[in-house]
Amino acid sequence: MNRQPWHDAAEAVLLPLLALAGALLMFGLWVSLGGHDPVQACTLLFTGAFGDAFSWQNTLQRSAPLMLTALCVALPARAGLTIIGGEGALVLGGLACAGLPYVVHLPGNGVGMSILLLAAALAGAAWIALAGALRQYRGVNETISSLLLGYIAIALFKHVVEGPMRDPASLNKPSTLPLDEALRIGSIGSWDVHWGLAFGVVLCLASALWLGRSTHGFATRVVGGNARAARLVGLPAHRLIVTACALGGAAAGLAGGIEVAAVHTAANASLIAGLGYAGILVSFVARHNPLAVIPVAILFGGFGAAGSLLQRRMGLPDASVQVLLGFAFVLILAGEALRGRLLPFPFLAMRPLLRAKPA
Amino acid sequence: MSTDLSRRRALAQLSAASLAGISPWALAQKALTVGVIYVGPRDDFGYNQAHAECAAELKKMSGVKIVEEENVPETQAVQKTMQGMIAQDGATLLFPTSFGYFDPHMLEVAKKNPGVRFSHCGGMWTKGKHPDNTGSFFGYIDEAQYLNGVVAGHMSKSKKIAFVAAKPIPQVLRNINAYTLGARSVDPKITCNVIFTGDWSMAVKEAEATNSLADQGCDVFTMHVDGPKVVVETAAKRGKMVCGYHASQAKLAPQAYLTGAEWNWLTAYKLIIDAARTGKPHPNFVRGGLKDGFVKTSAYGPAVSAAAKANADAVKAKMMAGTFDVYAGELKDNSGKVMIPKGTTIKLTDPSLEGMNYLVEGVVGKI
Repeated sequence: MNRQPWHDAAEAVLLPLLALAGALLMFGLWVSLGGHDPVQACTLLFTGAFGDAFSWQNTLQRSAPLMLTALCVALPARAGLTIIGGEGALVLGGLACAGLPYVVHLPGNGVGMSILLLAAALAGAAWIALAGALRQYRGVNETISSLLLGYIAIALFKHVVEGPMRDPASLNKPSTLPLDEALRIGSIGSWDVHWGLAFGVVLCLASALWLGRSTHGFATRVVGGNARAARLVGLPAHRLIVTACALGGAAAGLAGGIEVAAVHTAANASLIAGLGYAGILVSFVARHNPLAVIPVAILFGGFGAAGSLLQRRMGLPDASVQVLLGFAFVLILAGEALRGRLLPFPFLAMRPLLRAKPA
Repeated sequence: MSTDLSRRRALAQLSAASLAGISPWALAQKALTVGVIYVGPRDDFGYNQAHAECAAELKKMSGVKIVEEENVPETQAVQKTMQGMIAQDGATLLFPTSFGYFDPHMLEVAKKNPGVRFSHCGGMWTKGKHPDNTGSFFGYIDEAQYLNGVVAGHMSKSKKIAFVAAKPIPQVLRNINAYTLGARSVDPKITCNVIFTGDWSMAVKEAEATNSLADQGCDVFTMHVDGPKVVVETAAKRGKMVCGYHASQAKLAPQAYLTGAEWNWLTAYKLIIDAARTGKPHPNFVRGGLKDGFVKTSAYGPAVSAAAKANADAVKAKMMAGTFDVYAGELKDNSGKVMIPKGTTIKLTDPSLEGMNYLVEGVVGKI
């Protein structure tokens, strides 16, 4: 096979597209088995996710927190660790954001807002760094420990929100005191999408730059590739791994902080909505590549937006979107087996023969 | 020729449009699109099903179009769903049914859509504080839980009954207290063990709590969680009896099911929809109990004794007549402190009940 340089790039685009087309086909079949119109379903999927300005805002808004929670999986993964406890970092980030005004008075402007988000990021960073440190210095499996730490974080969150930090006015929905109006995050211009989206995109780009263009990022990838070899060449593996964990945790913590400051206005159990777990899926589908996290998160947000419309228009159960999601992600991951083999199309080599025949 | 045709068609459309615009009946014929949003699955044998059953009834009404969405979390997702119902489906009346949708989500969307009516289930709508195009409705289901308690009081042999609860918040505490008061009105020796699971949908913890309460000797169960299925099935499997909640769970355990406290949301929904269709002001604060048809009780199961039925029916008749008070003095909490002095009664409509923060005498448990 004479492989050309552009084949890699073309494959990177073609593979996910083919996987999505396959998923839609399977979904259509599944829908028609249930007695619904598959064409209408697919049209609605597109309309709901990307059909007009409202759909785009819907999709992007849903994707914003996923970009950040996906980074919590992607960054440690590039250092060789499988962290799945982003939910814990997210709720602690939210708690830190809602809790800081209890202890210090913050100026009601951009500075105060930045301090809040910094606190959220630090809380998340500390939690995931703990999972990394437990693994590096104590030999505790990081996948299990991060998951369990997540449960501890949620329990802690509920205890504090429903106990010492509870706003006495929050009768049937225990919450912390609401954030001051001036400390909340607004929407981007006239768009109905909050600034969390910008944080997500910028941090994904920054992470890609860090991993791909900086010495530190390169060292992290070397450690992730082979920690023993990295140590042999004198790289501080422990430190690099814990740093990657902390950076990932900071992203998830920030996601929690943004959820509180932009959406919920206070920390309460509504924050525990599984955004941290959804980030795991996003990161795996994006193959832990921060640049790929952006489109995958948007796709994921799109499924959410489309599912919403699909339910309302066709009366399909929510589970149907989960089915589509399942098809899509299984095919995207299975499509990886074709990477490097899809192009040049083996059957295209036959084309001259076909052309030779008179029409 | 073709231009002529299109012009003619345009003229026809124009005249049709202006006719529709001026005739009042065309306005009345226009279907009212109503959005209903659930936090869980529509078939959860509980909170969401109670609303979904009502929505299914509404679909049969002429001139009303229902759009539904289930499993919508209390995040920006619900804000987008509400906006989608308004922008994409043309809904002008929304029923966001989960408690957590109220503040900030529904209030936020309502501010942006002053022409749309919002009716929330359970929230404390307050005049002046919340927009006029929003409102809330709820039912005094503690009455039905009291009746559950009366039946439980008759049927319990161990004199220990059980309550599996989600969170120690006022709405839940009212139910625990009413259930216990009902049982103790039959036999003051009865105690009620309560376990809080910590959240609305915790299948594993609900099963553990039920098993643990059964091990402690409790023999009649009820609950306040979003989906009572797990508690009902687990209790039945352990050979215990159950009083249902939210919707009827009789199908899940036909033998063990005694009766149940059910919502009858149709009354509230119809009231609010009628106001929207006739252009009357939005009913902002809608509340009602058994006699108003906001709540109802499940039909008695085969195990319920004649004495239990007679007693419960008698209390129910008084409630229907409006001569019965669930919370009447002297009422002590479970540490012995008098909460309602002798001779005083607190009506169900009293807003102080919406802040209930104690467990009555006879409840074994702590907030």
